Amino acid sequence: MSLLFEPTPDGAGRYLDWIASGLGWTLFLALGAWTIALVVGTLIGVVRTLPKGILPRLGRAYVETFRNIPLLVQMFFWYFVLPELLPVRTGMAIKQMDPPWGSFVPALICLGLFTAARIAEQVRAGLQALPRGQIQAASALGFARGSMYRLILLPQAFRIILPTLTNEFMTIFKNTSVALTIGLVELTATAREINENTFRTFEAFGVVTIVYLVIALIAWQVMYRIERAVQLPSFASGRSRP
Amino acid sequence: MMVDLSAIAATVPYLLQGLWFTLQVTLVGVIGGIVFGSLLAVARLSQHRLISTPAAAYVNLMRSIPLILVIFWVFFLVPWAIGWVTRSGRPVAVGASLTIFVTFVLFEAAYYAEIVRAGFRSISPGQYSACEALGLSKFHAYIYILFPQAIRNVLPILLTQTIVLFQDTSLVYVISATDLLGAATKIAQRDGRLVEMYLTVGVIYFVLCFAASQFVKQLQGRLAYGVR
Repeated sequence: MSLLFEPTPDGAGRYLDWIASGLGWTLFLALGAWTIALVVGTLIGVVRTLPKGILPRLGRAYVETFRNIPLLVQMFFWYFVLPELLPVRTGMAIKQMDPPWGSFVPALICLGLFTAARIAEQVRAGLQALPRGQIQAASALGFARGSMYRLILLPQAFRIILPTLTNEFMTIFKNTSVALTIGLVELTATAREINENTFRTFEAFGVVTIVYLVIALIAWQVMYRIERAVQLPSFASGRSRP
Repeated sequence: MMVDLSAIAATVPYLLQGLWFTLQVTLVGVIGGIVFGSLLAVARLSQHRLISTPAAAYVNLMRSIPLILVIFWVFFLVPWAIGWVTRSGRPVAVGASLTIFVTFVLFEAAYYAEIVRAGFRSISPGQYSACEALGLSKFHAYIYILFPQAIRNVLPILLTQTIVLFQDTSLVYVISATDLLGAATKIAQRDGRLVEMYLTVGVIYFVLCFAASQFVKQLQGRLAYGVR
C-alpha cells in the first residue's frame, strides 16, 4: 500500500489525497441525495395511501417511472437531455456550471429522485401494514389528516420499515459510483485514475474496495443504532409484527 | 427543440442489436447467477465453518461494493488470470463480452444467494427432518425436496431481482460495450442526437421493465392464493 504515499503526477500531493477527495464526493453525494430521497419519498409514499383523487395516481406514475428506467439512463437524462429541453438561457447556464458542480448537481438530483421512488414504496408498505384501527381511532379522536399522518401513522410506519431502509441507505453509497459516467470524480473514478497513472491495478482498486467495505459497515452500524434507539416496547422486535 | 422521429427510425436495427446483447447478458447473469448463488446459499447454511464462512464473506463483500467497481476488477483481472492459468506469463487480451458475462455471474450470484437462502429458511424444519428420516442423501434432499420448495417461495423476489439485473446491464457502458444504452450512445455521439436517443432508450427500458414488473405482481397474487 506504499502507493498511497507516493506523490501524484500533478505534484500537488499524494495519492492518499486523491482517495480522500473521491471519498469526500462519494459521501457528500450519498448523504445529499439521501436527504432529498427521504423528504420526497415520504411525501409520495403518503400520497399513495390517500383514499381517492388524482394524487395517488400521480404518486404511482412517479414510482413506476423512476423504478423502471435504469439509474444510468436517468443520469444521462439529467445531465445531457434536460439542459436541451429547457429554455436556451437556462440550459446554457446549467451546462456552464463550474466543475465539479456541473456533474454533481445533476447527479444529486438524479440519485435523490431515483431513491425517493424506492423509499416511497417502502413508506407505502409500512403505512399499509398498520392495522386499520389506527386510522379509525385517530379520526375518532378528531385528528385532521395531516396531524394523523405526522403524529400517529408515520412514526409507526417508519419503525416497521427501518430494516428495509437500512438496505436502501447502504445501496445509495454504491449507487453514487454511477455518477462517474457524467464526470464526477468520486471513489471508483479515483481508483480508475490512479490505475491509469500508475498501472498498479491491485493497489488502486484494492484500497477503494476496502473503503467501500468500511462505508458499508459504518452505514449499517448507524442504522442499527437508530433502530435500537427508536424501538418501542410494544413493537418488541420492530421487524416481525405489523 | 423539436424531436426528430425519422432520425430515430433509421437507428432501430442498431438499437435492436444492442438490445440483443443486453438480453444475452441478462440471460447469462440470471442462469449463472442462480446456479452459483444457490451453491453459495447452500454453503452458507452448512454446519461446517470452513464452508459457510467463505461463502458468507463472498456474499457480503460483493453486496458492499458497487457493480461498476466489480466490472473494473474483472476487466483488469480476467486477462491476468487467463495469462496465469495458461502460463503465458503475461495478461491475455479478452473481449468485453467475456468480461461482462463473468462480472454479472459473480456479482448477481451474491444477490441471488441471499434470496435463495431466504427461501430455504422459509421451508418448515419438518421438511429437513423428513428428508433425513427417509434416508435421502444431502444432495438428493436438496435437489428433489428442498430446492424446488425454496425457489417457489421466493419466485416473485427472484424475478424482481432479475428486472434489477436487466437494468444493471446498462452499466457495461463504463467499458464501452455495445448494449442497448451503448448502441444509443454511439449513435447519439455520431449524429449529435443525444436528446432523441436517450429518450428513446428510456422509453424502451420503461416499457420492458414495466411489463415485466406487472407480470411479477400478477404472479405474486396467484402464488399467494395457490399455495396453502
